[in-house]
Amino acid sequence: MERKFIEYDFGRVDSERMRLNVGPQHPSTHGVLRLEIELEGEIVTDVIPHIGYLHRCFEKYCEQMQYPQVIPYIDRLDYIASMNNEWPFVMGVEKMMNIQVPERVEYIRVIFAELNRIANHQIAVATFGMDAGAFTPFLYLFRDREMILNLFEHTSGARLLYNYFWVGGLAHDVPPNFKDTALNIIKTVRATNEEVMRLLMGNKIFVERTVKVGILPADVAINFACSGPVLRGSGVEWDLRKAQPYSIYDRFDFNVCVGSNEIGVIGDSWNRNIVRMNEMEQSCRIIEQAIAQMPNEGDVREKFPKKVRPPKGEIYCSAENPKGELGFYLVADGGNKPFRLKSRPTSFVNLAVLPEICKGYMVADLILILGSIDIVLGEVDR
Amino acid sequence: MLVQEIYDNLKEKFPEAVLEFIGTATGDPSTVVDAGQIYNICKYLRDQDGLEFDYLALLSGMDYKDKFGTVYHLYSLKYKHRFVIKTYLPKEDPSLPSVERIWKTANWHEREAYDMFGIKFENHPNMIRILCPYDWEGYPLRKDYVGQETYHGVRIPV
Amino acid sequence: MGFLNRLDDPFNAEGIILGKVEDLLNWGRARSDWYLSFGLACCAIEFMAVNASHFDLMRFGCIPRPSPRQADFIIISGTVTMKMAERIITLYEQMAEPKYVLSMGSCANSGGPYWEHGYHVLKGIDRVIPVDVYVPGCPPKPEAFLDGIVKLQKKINQQAIFKKRAKLAEEEKIIVND
Repeated sequence: MERKFIEYDFGRVDSERMRLNVGPQHPSTHGVLRLEIELEGEIVTDVIPHIGYLHRCFEKYCEQMQYPQVIPYIDRLDYIASMNNEWPFVMGVEKMMNIQVPERVEYIRVIFAELNRIANHQIAVATFGMDAGAFTPFLYLFRDREMILNLFEHTSGARLLYNYFWVGGLAHDVPPNFKDTALNIIKTVRATNEEVMRLLMGNKIFVERTVKVGILPADVAINFACSGPVLRGSGVEWDLRKAQPYSIYDRFDFNVCVGSNEIGVIGDSWNRNIVRMNEMEQSCRIIEQAIAQMPNEGDVREKFPKKVRPPKGEIYCSAENPKGELGFYLVADGGNKPFRLKSRPTSFVNLAVLPEICKGYMVADLILILGSIDIVLGEVDR
Repeated sequence: MLVQEIYDNLKEKFPEAVLEFIGTATGDPSTVVDAGQIYNICKYLRDQDGLEFDYLALLSGMDYKDKFGTVYHLYSLKYKHRFVIKTYLPKEDPSLPSVERIWKTANWHEREAYDMFGIKFENHPNMIRILCPYDWEGYPLRKDYVGQETYHGVRIPV
Repeated sequence: MGFLNRLDDPFNAEGIILGKVEDLLNWGRARSDWYLSFGLACCAIEFMAVNASHFDLMRFGCIPRPSPRQADFIIISGTVTMKMAERIITLYEQMAEPKYVLSMGSCANSGGPYWEHGYHVLKGIDRVIPVDVYVPGCPPKPEAFLDGIVKLQKKINQQAIFKKRAKLAEEEKIIVND
């Protein structure tokens, strides 16, 4: 039967704009974010984020604590990717104190950081799927995430907040069956990813809901200093692991994933997620290479300094977190406590772009756009 | 481009406003500029061919005990070089021009600096608190900050 | 002794159980706790893991409700700040009686790692609302959280509904006519 398009003439309809409050207690705001939105019918005309509902005084604490004591607080910034969080801070202090950590430590750090990147992207894709109404990928991805967390727990003693990277080395050595477990995890992650690609990313309903929604042009993304999958989804090839290689990332062969015009438009919600899916595969590749090259013997605690007391000076040290660039601006005055430690919070910077990209979309799409940015409120509010 | 070359370039263009070059044995070198000229200097750094600092990584407020300050960490995605600018502000009524019109990301960073240190940014579109509640008293990250006893009837200290 | 345990009694071949109505009511209430789906901080991620496939909270009869008006208990999963405390009081007051509070993690119990210099952190949720079960840990392991749920069920199992109603009716605090 032929479909008929009927045109009605309603004349000009004026509607009152409505102000609506989303959060701080809302199932889809991924924490305690409050959005004040202005609607015209179903169309979003303005969004004002109100943050600070989880402001835990992180920077004040850093000025009161000694350097090793700061690391647990850094864990609690982006609590989904704690291993990655600790790295830039530890690296910055090591640079200032001129400590060269052993090879084996560098390899273990790379492996754990990449494993945690996989765990973070699993949560990001799972919760984004849930925002779009797909519950099954959530169960699949969380099942696999438990394997990674078990390895972390076996190594560091904690499931979520590890306190594992210390200045000059690592808190403990890895367990004896570490290599086999890590390779086993990669195998499972790859199998599940293939399934999720078919189940979620290629799903017609999901594609229809996310393609051409929340388009973020590259120049806007750079002007807002977005980073991570949000920037790369817009087609900008900027990854700190390649752009300014830190640690030993120049030894591995991996690609920087960017968004494409393949299914959606560059910079839309679907592209931000496909970047995450592809990055998991790249992380698997890095882990495989790192396990093959890693030295078997060596003490991970041999370079511990007797006193962590960096000389007077200041440094900005950043690393590529799963969500983007996390940096720490450390000002030391020669004492055993930081004079000032300012973090460059990834989610805080990425969230600022939200009002720019969701104007003109439906209110149901607003939740999807927020999910595709992948924020963690612990890092937004600190 | 090396940091020293960028500094020389900037010093040539703004001989009055560029005050000092701080190179340390450990860590990053930085350039101190006049706070009143910060908007013009940042605009020059972004638009000048060969510099093109299009990425403001971090804007932080500072309390140096005897003075306040702000620090700008800049990247160029094209040339992959970085640069650090600093300003010093007086202890009483610190204020300086906003760079929000150059890099939009500065909007929230400047609000945070206002929230934590009480540094006011002129020409900022929305200069209100961001992390603390809107009716919070005092600026928490100042070195001489004393916390509130109660907030809306709830006791805060242990 | 729980109501269900009496089914194992060998003298009950007829399928008749003698017991108090209170036990039956409590048995039903304890095994269908609906909670307010509400996350605050790090603990909320562990709480999500409890909900997901590996630990499967729903086998305890706990079902998430997005509205406080439909919830039996609320889980304070994370650091409570001064800005958030007022909202939590509102949420708590919107819940219908009987209502319970489960405080998850050190931050909600006592301020946790943020107790000393946290100028914007509430040092324990029990300063503003009454708490029934405390689960320690930073964050608690999922097993510890499930133990907290079992503790809450035990508490509900032992509650004296009718005594309380009679007492309240005596004091004319509530009108009982049903």
